[in-house]
Amino acid sequence: MKIKHRIDKIGLHIYLQGELDEFFQTQVKEQIDNLIENNLNIQSVIFDMSGLTFMDSTGIGILIGRYKKLKKMKIPCFIANPSFSADKVFTISGIYDLIPRV
Amino acid sequence: MDNKMKLVFPALSENEQFARTAVIAFIMKVDPTVEQITDVKTAVSEAVTNCVVHGYPDKKGEILIECELLNDALHIKISDFGVGISDIEEVLEPFYTSKPFEERAGMGFTIMRTFMDSFELTSKPNVGTTVSMVKRLDKIA
Repeated sequence: MKIKHRIDKIGLHIYLQGELDEFFQTQVKEQIDNLIENNLNIQSVIFDMSGLTFMDSTGIGILIGRYKKLKKMKIPCFIANPSFSADKVFTISGIYDLIPRV
Repeated sequence: MDNKMKLVFPALSENEQFARTAVIAFIMKVDPTVEQITDVKTAVSEAVTNCVVHGYPDKKGEILIECELLNDALHIKISDFGVGISDIEEVLEPFYTSKPFEERAGMGFTIMRTFMDSFELTSKPNVGTTVSMVKRLDKIA
Protein backbone atom coordinates (compact mmCIF):
# COMPACT_ATOMS: atom_id res chain seq x y z
CA MET A 1 0.00 0.00 0.00
CA LYS A 2 1.40 3.34 -1.13
CA ILE A 3 0.11 6.90 -1.03
CA LYS A 4 1.16 9.64 -3.41
CA HIS A 5 -0.14 13.17 -3.77
CA ARG A 6 -0.26 16.17 -6.06
CA ILE A 7 -1.59 19.67 -5.50
CA ASP A 8 -3.11 21.79 -8.27
CA LYS A 9 -5.80 24.47 -8.68
CA ILE A 10 -8.55 21.92 -8.03
CA GLY A 11 -7.06 20.79 -4.75
CA LEU A 12 -5.10 18.03 -3.06
CA HIS A 13 -5.16 14.81 -5.07
CA ILE A 14 -4.40 11.77 -2.91
CA TYR A 15 -3.53 8.63 -4.89
CA LEU A 16 -4.10 5.34 -3.09
CA GLN A 17 -2.12 2.50 -4.61
CA GLY A 18 -2.02 -1.24 -3.91
CA GLU A 19 -4.25 -3.34 -1.66
CA LEU A 20 -6.17 -1.59 1.12
CA ASP A 21 -7.30 -3.73 4.06
CA GLU A 22 -7.26 -3.78 7.86
CA PHE A 23 -3.48 -4.28 7.96
CA PHE A 24 -2.81 -0.86 6.39
CA GLN A 25 -5.60 1.00 8.18
CA THR A 26 -3.58 2.96 10.73
CA GLN A 27 -0.76 3.79 8.33
CA VAL A 28 -3.12 5.05 5.60
CA LYS A 29 -5.14 7.20 8.02
CA GLU A 30 -1.98 8.80 9.44
CA GLN A 31 -0.49 9.52 6.02
CA ILE A 32 -3.69 11.08 4.67
CA ASP A 33 -4.20 13.16 7.83
CA ASN A 34 -0.62 14.45 7.63
CA LEU A 35 -1.09 15.44 4.00
CA ILE A 36 -4.28 17.34 4.85
CA GLU A 37 -2.80 19.04 7.93
CA ASN A 38 0.20 20.22 5.91
CA ASN A 39 -2.01 21.67 3.18
CA LEU A 40 -4.87 23.42 4.95
CA ASN A 41 -5.25 26.14 2.29
CA ILE A 42 -6.49 23.68 -0.37
CA GLN A 43 -9.85 24.04 -2.16
CA SER A 44 -10.77 20.36 -2.03
CA VAL A 45 -9.45 16.83 -1.51
CA ILE A 46 -9.75 14.23 -4.26
CA PHE A 47 -9.21 10.60 -3.28
CA ASP A 48 -7.96 9.01 -6.50
CA MET A 49 -8.54 5.24 -6.47
CA SER A 50 -7.11 4.42 -9.91
CA GLY A 51 -4.07 2.61 -8.45
CA LEU A 52 -6.02 0.59 -5.90
CA THR A 53 -5.95 -3.11 -6.82
CA PHE A 54 -8.08 -4.27 -3.89
CA MET A 55 -10.24 -2.62 -1.24
CA ASP A 56 -12.61 -3.97 1.41
CA SER A 57 -14.84 -2.02 3.82
CA THR A 58 -11.71 -0.69 5.58
CA GLY A 59 -11.69 1.89 2.77
CA ILE A 60 -15.19 3.09 3.68
CA GLY A 61 -14.24 3.60 7.33
CA ILE A 62 -11.11 5.53 6.41
CA LEU A 63 -12.85 7.81 3.91
CA ILE A 64 -15.82 8.55 6.19
CA GLY A 65 -13.38 9.45 8.99
CA ARG A 66 -11.50 11.85 6.67
CA TYR A 67 -14.82 13.28 5.41
CA LYS A 68 -15.82 14.17 8.98
CA LYS A 69 -12.52 15.94 9.63
CA LEU A 70 -12.63 17.83 6.32
CA LYS A 71 -16.23 18.86 6.89
CA LYS A 72 -15.24 20.66 10.10
CA MET A 73 -12.66 22.59 8.06
CA LYS A 74 -15.25 23.24 5.33
CA ILE A 75 -13.13 21.47 2.71
CA PRO A 76 -15.18 19.35 0.27
CA CYS A 77 -13.86 15.92 -0.77
CA PHE A 78 -14.47 13.62 -3.72
CA ILE A 79 -13.77 10.08 -4.93
CA ALA A 80 -12.17 9.67 -8.37
CA ASN A 81 -11.53 6.64 -10.58
CA PRO A 82 -12.70 3.74 -8.38
CA SER A 83 -12.28 0.30 -9.93
CA PHE A 84 -15.38 -1.74 -10.69
CA SER A 85 -15.06 -3.63 -7.40
CA ALA A 86 -14.22 -0.58 -5.25
CA ASP A 87 -17.23 1.16 -6.80
CA LYS A 88 -19.41 -1.80 -5.79
CA VAL A 89 -18.25 -1.48 -2.16
CA PHE A 90 -18.75 2.31 -2.19
CA THR A 91 -22.21 2.03 -3.74
CA ILE A 92 -23.47 -0.52 -1.18
CA SER A 93 -22.26 1.71 1.66
CA GLY A 94 -24.00 4.82 0.29
CA ILE A 95 -20.76 6.78 0.70
CA TYR A 96 -21.33 8.75 -2.52
CA ASP A 97 -24.07 10.70 -0.69
CA LEU A 98 -21.29 12.16 1.51
CA ILE A 99 -18.30 12.03 -0.84
CA PRO A 100 -19.47 12.42 -4.45
CA ARG A 101 -17.78 10.58 -7.28
CA VAL A 102 -16.15 12.86 -9.85
CA MET B 1 -13.82 -31.84 -10.53
CA ASP B 2 -14.91 -31.25 -6.96
CA ASN B 3 -12.18 -30.35 -4.52
CA LYS B 4 -11.55 -29.38 -0.89
CA MET B 5 -9.03 -27.46 1.15
CA LYS B 6 -8.43 -26.24 4.70
CA LEU B 7 -6.26 -23.40 5.92
CA VAL B 8 -5.30 -22.59 9.49
CA PHE B 9 -3.29 -19.47 10.29
CA PRO B 10 -2.77 -16.99 13.15
CA ALA B 11 -5.38 -14.23 13.42
CA LEU B 12 -3.14 -11.36 12.31
CA SER B 13 -4.20 -8.62 9.92
CA GLU B 14 -1.02 -9.14 7.91
CA ASN B 15 -2.43 -12.58 6.96
CA GLU B 16 -5.53 -11.12 5.31
CA GLN B 17 -3.93 -10.73 1.92
CA PHE B 18 -2.58 -14.29 2.10
CA ALA B 19 -6.03 -15.65 3.06
CA ARG B 20 -7.95 -14.02 0.22
CA THR B 21 -5.24 -14.83 -2.34
CA ALA B 22 -5.16 -18.50 -1.26
CA VAL B 23 -8.93 -18.83 -1.66
CA ILE B 24 -8.73 -17.27 -5.14
CA ALA B 25 -5.93 -19.68 -6.10
CA PHE B 26 -8.19 -22.55 -4.99
CA ILE B 27 -11.10 -21.49 -7.25
CA MET B 28 -9.04 -20.54 -10.33
CA LYS B 29 -9.39 -23.91 -12.06
CA VAL B 30 -13.14 -23.40 -12.58
CA ASP B 31 -12.22 -20.23 -14.49
CA PRO B 32 -14.25 -17.62 -12.55
CA THR B 33 -14.99 -14.20 -14.04
CA VAL B 34 -13.11 -11.11 -12.82
CA GLU B 35 -16.23 -9.99 -10.98
CA GLN B 36 -16.65 -13.37 -9.25
CA ILE B 37 -12.99 -13.22 -8.19
CA THR B 38 -13.27 -9.75 -6.66
CA ASP B 39 -16.58 -10.63 -4.96
CA VAL B 40 -15.00 -13.67 -3.26
CA LYS B 41 -11.83 -11.74 -2.42
CA THR B 42 -13.80 -8.93 -0.77
CA ALA B 43 -16.09 -11.28 1.19
CA VAL B 44 -13.10 -13.32 2.47
CA SER B 45 -11.31 -10.13 3.48
CA GLU B 46 -14.35 -8.93 5.44
CA ALA B 47 -14.76 -12.26 7.23
CA VAL B 48 -11.06 -12.56 8.13
CA THR B 49 -11.01 -8.92 9.34
CA ASN B 50 -13.93 -9.73 11.64
CA CYS B 51 -12.05 -12.70 13.11
CA VAL B 52 -8.90 -10.61 13.69
CA VAL B 53 -10.57 -7.48 15.07
CA HIS B 54 -13.70 -8.79 16.80
CA GLY B 55 -13.15 -12.52 17.36
CA TYR B 56 -9.87 -12.02 19.22
CA PRO B 57 -9.95 -8.52 20.76
CA ASP B 58 -7.44 -9.41 23.50
CA LYS B 59 -5.85 -12.82 23.10
CA LYS B 60 -4.31 -14.20 19.91
CA GLY B 61 -5.87 -17.20 18.23
CA GLU B 62 -6.27 -19.02 14.95
CA ILE B 63 -8.52 -18.67 11.95
CA LEU B 64 -9.81 -21.71 10.07
CA ILE B 65 -10.89 -21.48 6.43
CA GLU B 66 -12.62 -24.51 4.91
CA CYS B 67 -13.34 -24.46 1.18
CA GLU B 68 -15.17 -26.90 -1.03
CA LEU B 69 -15.76 -26.69 -4.77
CA LEU B 70 -19.01 -28.48 -5.52
CA ASN B 71 -20.72 -28.33 -8.92
CA ASP B 72 -18.92 -25.12 -9.89
CA ALA B 73 -19.84 -23.37 -6.61
CA LEU B 74 -17.52 -22.35 -3.80
CA HIS B 75 -18.73 -23.35 -0.34
CA ILE B 76 -16.58 -21.53 2.20
CA LYS B 77 -16.60 -21.45 6.00
CA ILE B 78 -14.45 -18.97 7.91
CA SER B 79 -14.20 -19.54 11.67
CA ASP B 80 -12.55 -18.12 14.73
CA PHE B 81 -12.48 -19.61 18.22
CA GLY B 82 -12.69 -16.32 20.06
CA VAL B 83 -15.21 -14.36 22.09
CA GLY B 84 -18.28 -15.06 19.94
CA ILE B 85 -21.33 -12.86 19.41
CA SER B 86 -24.18 -12.69 21.93
CA ASP B 87 -26.69 -10.77 19.77
CA ILE B 88 -26.51 -11.94 16.14
CA GLU B 89 -29.48 -9.85 14.98
CA GLU B 90 -27.76 -6.68 16.18
CA VAL B 91 -24.42 -7.27 14.43
CA LEU B 92 -26.18 -8.01 11.13
CA GLU B 93 -27.69 -4.51 11.02
CA PRO B 94 -25.99 -2.38 8.33
CA PHE B 95 -23.62 0.20 9.87
CA TYR B 96 -23.57 -1.60 13.23
CA THR B 97 -20.08 -1.54 14.72
CA SER B 98 -18.93 -2.39 18.20
CA LYS B 99 -15.93 -0.10 17.69
CA PRO B 100 -17.25 3.25 16.43
CA PHE B 101 -14.18 5.15 17.62
CA GLU B 102 -11.91 3.17 15.33
CA GLU B 103 -13.70 4.59 12.26
CA ARG B 104 -15.13 1.24 11.23
CA ALA B 105 -17.85 1.24 8.62
CA GLY B 106 -20.02 -1.54 10.02
CA MET B 107 -20.47 -2.85 6.48
CA GLY B 108 -18.67 -6.21 6.68
CA PHE B 109 -21.68 -8.53 6.93
CA THR B 110 -23.66 -6.41 4.46
CA ILE B 111 -20.85 -6.81 1.92
CA MET B 112 -20.58 -10.58 2.51
CA ARG B 113 -24.36 -10.94 2.07
CA THR B 114 -24.41 -8.82 -1.08
CA PHE B 115 -21.31 -10.24 -2.79
CA MET B 116 -21.99 -13.92 -2.13
CA ASP B 117 -25.00 -16.07 -3.16
CA SER B 118 -25.71 -17.32 0.33
CA PHE B 119 -24.58 -16.22 3.76
CA GLU B 120 -25.05 -17.65 7.24
CA LEU B 121 -23.65 -16.55 10.59
CA THR B 122 -23.43 -18.84 13.60
CA SER B 123 -21.81 -17.94 16.89
CA LYS B 124 -21.60 -18.96 20.51
CA PRO B 125 -20.18 -16.67 23.22
CA ASN B 126 -16.69 -17.82 24.30
CA VAL B 127 -16.69 -20.64 21.72
CA GLY B 128 -16.34 -18.77 18.46
CA THR B 129 -17.97 -17.55 15.27
CA THR B 130 -18.40 -19.11 11.83
CA VAL B 131 -19.45 -17.44 8.61
CA SER B 132 -20.68 -19.90 5.95
CA MET B 133 -21.03 -18.62 2.40
CA VAL B 134 -21.66 -19.98 -1.09
CA LYS B 135 -20.64 -18.35 -4.36
CA ARG B 136 -21.75 -19.75 -7.70
CA LEU B 137 -18.89 -19.71 -10.17
CA ASP B 138 -20.64 -21.01 -13.27
CA LYS B 139 -20.90 -18.68 -16.23
CA ILE B 140 -24.63 -17.95 -15.95
CA ALA B 141 -24.27 -16.86 -12.30
